[in-house]
Parts: sequence; structure tokens; C-alpha cells
Amino acid sequence: MERYYQPEIERASQEQIRAWQDERLVNQVKNVWDHVPYYRKKMEEKGLTPADIKGVDDLHKLPFVTKADLREAYPYGLMARPVKDCVRIQSTSGTTGKRVVAFYTQHDIDLWEDCCARAIVAAGGTDEDVCQVSYGYGLFTGGPGLNGGSHKVGCLTIPTSSGNTERQIMFIQDLNATILCCTPSYAAYIGETMKEMGLTPDQIPLKAGIFGAEAWSEEMRRDIQNTLGIKAYDIYGLTELSGPGVAFECSAQSGMHINEDHFIAEIIDPDTGEVLPEGSQGELVFTAITKEAFPLLRYRTRDICVLSREKCPCGRTHVRMAKPRGRTDDMLIIRGVNVFPSQIETVLLNAGYPANYQMIVDRVRNTDTLDVQVEMTPEMFTDNMGEISRRQKELVDGLRAMLGLAAKVTLVAPKSIVRSEGKAVRVIDRRKI
Amino acid sequence: MNIKQISIFLENKPGALYAMTGVLARNEVDLRALSVAETSDFGIARLIVDDTDRASAVLREAGYVHNITPVLGVAIPDVPGGLNKVLQVLTDAQVNVEYMYAFLGGKDVEHAYMIFRVADNGKAAAALAERDIKTVDQEEMDNL
Repeated sequence: MERYYQPEIERASQEQIRAWQDERLVNQVKNVWDHVPYYRKKMEEKGLTPADIKGVDDLHKLPFVTKADLREAYPYGLMARPVKDCVRIQSTSGTTGKRVVAFYTQHDIDLWEDCCARAIVAAGGTDEDVCQVSYGYGLFTGGPGLNGGSHKVGCLTIPTSSGNTERQIMFIQDLNATILCCTPSYAAYIGETMKEMGLTPDQIPLKAGIFGAEAWSEEMRRDIQNTLGIKAYDIYGLTELSGPGVAFECSAQSGMHINEDHFIAEIIDPDTGEVLPEGSQGELVFTAITKEAFPLLRYRTRDICVLSREKCPCGRTHVRMAKPRGRTDDMLIIRGVNVFPSQIETVLLNAGYPANYQMIVDRVRNTDTLDVQVEMTPEMFTDNMGEISRRQKELVDGLRAMLGLAAKVTLVAPKSIVRSEGKAVRVIDRRKI
Repeated sequence: MNIKQISIFLENKPGALYAMTGVLARNEVDLRALSVAETSDFGIARLIVDDTDRASAVLREAGYVHNITPVLGVAIPDVPGGLNKVLQVLTDAQVNVEYMYAFLGGKDVEHAYMIFRVADNGKAAAALAERDIKTVDQEEMDNL
């Protein structure tokens, strides 16, 4: 039977959700107008006052907030509460440029942890569970968010943070951890290590995993589920909006429910900024309607995905977002073709290779080159050169079919690609442009 | 009558082969035969050693992807046309040779020993035996 952390919210009618959103948006716009001069100026430039925003229907009138705004307003420019009301900051990994610093009041932390608790309960978590949080703690939102959610659910929480994989496995085994929270690439690495230690899925106490903070494919999900003998759930979030828990997967494992009582989602055309009709693929834009300290309106996530209002068998009524194909930041343009690392992962896993790979992009005589480095595994190895070359060619063909682009495949020694304990480094771009 | 061969995946870069032979040297594994096949980015080293199980264990420990396959060791009379005769037999029996390489010098000066990787070891060995060409088993090989 499906369980919910806040059933009255998670199963609320569409009308109820819309009523919350209308009311909270109006209040939030007033809040931002009164307390964030930076955003007030942006509104004034568009000739807007809070009176123009009467509900969600008027949302499209508001200006966007982009990563560039966050950079410009760094550090305090978008803060809507005085320091005395704020209790915490969190910060991004800074992988795509300057770090983002986000502020929280106690109320903000409370709501954020509620969102994470919804995700844990949706993954089957109860107060009987032992939940190991192997996301990094500290500035990164992964550890603190899931840690707080796990407390709210009443799980026995193991705050291992990331790293020291042997110790991670020792705690899982010794304390009978039933839920694992970390990045999917770290989950795959923990699984790989456990397999090498001779542990079979039935010897691993874990039953569920909540994995997020990077894009991952269905094939990778299958792989992790098989190795660890668990159900693997996706979770989505951004530091800019709070952290993990903006959206989460339920038992249907078919899209992530966006916590619409806290966030209004829109899909826009990334080139024109136009709002696209429901069901279109485009860039995801969020408006935080309940946050106090760092309330972003129409924040452009650069994540490309699709929203669905189709009824979910789990009983939750909140809109679902498909797994993002990847952040537009992660997208590479190689010889004019858009390439997402997750596409490469799909080809590799379908061909029986592990998800340990690296993409080396370079420019040779004014032409972009893509070299996908893949680790050889005992399963894929044979003493027959022709057979290995044939499998290598299959990968090249698979990549061409997926990307529409000729890529080289280089087979490398096992463990030669550095394992990640947080977000994996998939791309090395050596182009000097 | 089969001999165990260890095949090891190596990257084709300076020091890769040396690092692997270093693992065997430190563990006092004796090489009896060796061949390396390569492409521009990777290679396969194929070895016959005095103690296959131990070699496999130390290679696994060191993180090398490898496997063990049965191959044929053939004693070829060390006279002109000796190899040609063996290949004639295999050709007549329609056995495809995937690859072959020479054994490192043994005490027997009458014969040259060669390793054959064929699709069907049994069929090849039977055809060779019919024409009085000797194949060696693991034990004989260890004593060479």
C-alpha cells in the first residue's frame, strides 16, 4: 500500500493545489518586491508592480532569474530576510562557474526537510528503516537535505557523508541499512565494490535507494537495482531552490512529482523564453512560493524535460517531471550536434559495459573529436582480438545511431577512470575555442 | 592434452607490459611462452606460465582483467618443413588457426614447441595424433 508523508498535501485536488499556488505566489511577489531591490528593479524595468500578479495565470509576466543574476547579485543581493532571521547557507559545487550561495531561515529548512521526507516515504521509508546518507555533508545540499528528511520520517540515520567506500559498506552490512541516499554514480561504485567483495544482492540488506544530484539513465537504474538488489528512486533539486526534494519519484518510478505546494513549474522555450503548452519538451523554470530567505521567481534551471499531468497510480496529484535529459550546462555541442552524457551512458549499459566512462572532446585540425573511454571488464574480455574489436565496433555503431555522430571508442584498463564519490566527472573538453 | 593460457588486457601505452610482468616477477611466476597482440589503443598479452592458478590470483589482486583458455601445445620436429606439416594437417581437418606463437626454449632440442589457438582443440588434437604429431599436456609442458 502506498504511504505518504503528508497525504493531505500530496493527494490534494488540482483545484486545491492551484488555490495554494495563487495565494502563495501573490504573497511571494509582494515579499520579493518589498525586500529584494535587485528583483524589484527587474520588475520595474518590465513596468510591473505586485498588483499585476493576481495568480499563476500572471506568472509569465514576471522576469526570469538566471544563473547570471545569481552571479551578479552574489552574495547577498537576492536575500529577502535580514541576517538575523537566517540560520544557514548552502552552496553549489561550482562545477559550472561561480558558486551559488543560498540562504535559509529555520522555516525554509523545515519545509525543505519535509520535501525530502516525502521522497523517503515515497521510496517505502518508515521509522523502522535504517537510512544511510552517503551524499556529501557540508556546503553541498545532498547530505543535510536527506539527513533532515530521514530524521523527520524517524529513520535511524547514518550520516556517513561521501567517501571511504569500505566504511560505507561496513555500515550497510553491520547496521543493516535499508535505504541508501547518494549520487547514482556513487551508488554504482558502492555496488561494484560490493560485487567485487563477493556480495550477492540477497546478502545486501538495502531495499531502496534515493539517488540524485546528477542526470542518470534508465539503464543505469536497472544496473544499480540489479547489483544492489534494491528499488532505485530518482530525486531532483537545486541548491538555488533549496536542495534535493524539489521533485521525487514514487513507487511508479515514472517521473518525479514536483512539490507544487512549494514550487510552481513552467516549461519554456530556452531560446525565446516563451511558455510552452503542457506536454512540450523545454527548459524547466521554477518559482519558489514558500521560501523566505532566498525566494527565486521564475528561476531558469537549464534542465531540459517534459511535465505530465497524467494521473499517477501512486495516488499523488502533483505534476510529474520526466528525468531531465541533462542540464543544458552538461550538454556538449560536438560538430554542431547536441550531445548529453546520459545518451552515452545508455549506449554503454545496453551493450553490457559498465557506466564508468569518460568523454574526451578535442579539436583536431578544426574538427571536433569525441573519444569515449570505456573500461574493459572480465565479462567483456576474451583472448580473441577479433571478438573484442567487433564489440568495440558495436559500441561505435551504437553511439553513431544514438548521437548521429562518429565517435571513437577506446577500451581502457579497469579502474583507470577515477571513481566519483559525489558528482561524476564525465567530460573532459580539451577544445580551445 | 590442453594447456592453460592466460590472456591479459593491457592498454597500449609505455610501461603497461612492464607493469604486468612486474607483478609476475614479484610473485616468482615463471613464463614459458608469451605473445602480444595489439591494436593502436589496447593489447592482449597471452602467457603460458608454470603456475596458472597462482598467476591468475596475483593478476586479479593487481586488478588485471584476464581469462584462462585451453590451447594446444604442439611438438614440431625441428627440421625444415616441420611447421608446414602441422599446418597441412590442420588445413586438411579444416581447423582454423586463430593465432599461434612459439614456446620459449626447453630442454628438448629435437622439437620446437608451439602454442595453437584453434576453434576446436579436440578435433585438432585428434587430426594431429592421426599423423603422429605430438601434443603436450600441462604436466609435460611443466617439465620441458
